[in-house]
Amino acid sequence: MNSGSASLWPTFLQAIVETLQMVSVTLLVGGFAGLVIGILLYTTRAGNLLANRPVFTALNVLVNTVRPIPFIIFITAIQPLTVEVTGTSYGTEAVIFPMAIMATFGTSRIVEQNLVALDPGVIEAARAMGAGPLRIILTVIIPEALGPLVLGYTFLFVAITDMSAMAGAVAGGGLGDFALQYGYQRFNPVVTWFTLGVIVVIVQLGQVLGNWLARRVMRR
Amino acid sequence: MTAMVTLRDVSKTFTGSSGPVHAVDGVTLDVERGDVFGIIGYSGAGKSTLVRLINGLERVTGGQVLIDGQDVTDHSERQLRSVRVGIGFIFQQFNLLNSRTVAGNVGYPLRVAGWPKERREARVAELLEFVGLVDKARQYPDQLSGGQKQRVGIARALATSPQLLLADEATSALDPETTKDVLDLLRRVNLELGVTVVVITHEMSVVSYLCNKVAVMENGKVAEQGSVYDIFSAPQQEVTRRFITSALHDRPRPDVLERLRERHPGRIVTVSVREEAGSGTLLTQQLRAHGVDGSIVYGGITEVDSRPLGSLTLELVGDDTSIDALIADLRVRTDVEEHVRPAASGEGRSR
Ligand SMILES: Nc1ncnc2c1ncn2[C@@H]1O[C@H](COP(=O)(O)OP(=O)(O)O)[C@@H](O)[C@H]1O
Ligand SMILES: [Mg+2]
Repeated sequence: MNSGSASLWPTFLQAIVETLQMVSVTLLVGGFAGLVIGILLYTTRAGNLLANRPVFTALNVLVNTVRPIPFIIFITAIQPLTVEVTGTSYGTEAVIFPMAIMATFGTSRIVEQNLVALDPGVIEAARAMGAGPLRIILTVIIPEALGPLVLGYTFLFVAITDMSAMAGAVAGGGLGDFALQYGYQRFNPVVTWFTLGVIVVIVQLGQVLGNWLARRVMRR
Repeated sequence: MTAMVTLRDVSKTFTGSSGPVHAVDGVTLDVERGDVFGIIGYSGAGKSTLVRLINGLERVTGGQVLIDGQDVTDHSERQLRSVRVGIGFIFQQFNLLNSRTVAGNVGYPLRVAGWPKERREARVAELLEFVGLVDKARQYPDQLSGGQKQRVGIARALATSPQLLLADEATSALDPETTKDVLDLLRRVNLELGVTVVVITHEMSVVSYLCNKVAVMENGKVAEQGSVYDIFSAPQQEVTRRFITSALHDRPRPDVLERLRERHPGRIVTVSVREEAGSGTLLTQQLRAHGVDGSIVYGGITEVDSRPLGSLTLELVGDDTSIDALIADLRVRTDVEEHVRPAASGEGRSR
């Protein structure tokens, strides 16, 4: 990959590292925060373990408001906040902030939907044995839904990788940014296609790993 | 001696979308230590709600709940949790954790109760031995049959050595053969371990097989309660009679009676058979004494709470005055229902 005289390889490798960074930090932070909110959405729903109408309604409205916002608009909309928190509006850190927020809300719905499918009988059984809410969440709800949750997080990984390409294009950093700058804008389709290929490989690896994990968890 | 469970005028009203639902409505009952107490009723009668009021999974909207003499009505959720550790619960759908092995399921309540690992493992082995599932310890619930799952459920419910076991339709998802195995296991739990058992069911056969006391529920209320034998031999309420008929199958249904009449021209009577009436002996003696021929054309005698109960339907042949005298004599000791021919007076005359 040469553009003019300078080799693009170092920049390209740097872009890969940036993408992996953006995706993994977002997956970690957004995945965890989303898990917490998703569990809260599920447990505070009427008739459930921690039934609490005000909390449920507040969370539900929040998630429903943020989630449908197109990501590219969301990045620009919260830019002032991003600057406030990360001290910059450009580069991976500035990208990770809005990504993590968006991932949190996306994850919370995925988590909630997987938990709704749980058999309420097992939760009732744990209650009948004298287990408290926190124990039930950690030792019943999450383990019983683990298979579907792993698949949900695999889906999330793919969505975040996709998001990272878009985010990079707007605020800099990662493979999306690289493909735009060195491929599209310099009329070098080979660079674009090659970058695309690498993104596809990353996504595939994540998908295969996720499927394998889910199968192990579900013992199928 | 204090009762294991005392319910005093207990009520539970749900606020449903179409107004309040009085699921449990002023129930008063005592479950004594050592009882196998049946609560029977049709679907929607309020049985599940009632049993959940006992261990506080649902809170009463009126009345008092006493467990072993301790009033738990106003217990906080945290206090109720420690009460629940001492009460086993088994479910119609087993409600086992699919993410844990059989041993993991049985050991779960012990984790909740804070037992150290070694004691836990020893206790799990003991329990699996008791329910006959030692070889399934490492398997997962989805690899077991329904009967095996319920045995895991029972082992799990017994883990903390509770004094009280609540069973909500524990056999309703099982076939008749497996049902019998599970009922036998529950009987052992009661006899060998001395655990007081409350059995919720919609099948009178479960009550007659297992229980010594029964409460019949209808529309959230207890229609009648008492010792199983008394209720079976002298039901006072229509709902109770329907349940008993379905369990004993001893009395001819109208269509059966129709066919019996076609085959047997003599007078047809159904004589109740009870322990105090001397079972069949009374009948044979009285037939001989009055010079009446009786042939058994229908009936059944079974054991309820280890005592004989049922009825025999006979065709009586002889002169009418002797038969009338025979029936009058029998009625001193037991119930006799004469099935008068429809042409004469329509319905069967009773007593
Ligand atoms: N959580 C609830 N909310 C509203 N109504 C309920 C609830 N639980 C039970 N009920 C109602 O209470 C009545 C008794 O239900 P239940 O105790 O489950 O009866 P059973 O176990 O005898 O079939 C039914 O009419 C049922 O619809
Ligand atoms: Mg029920």
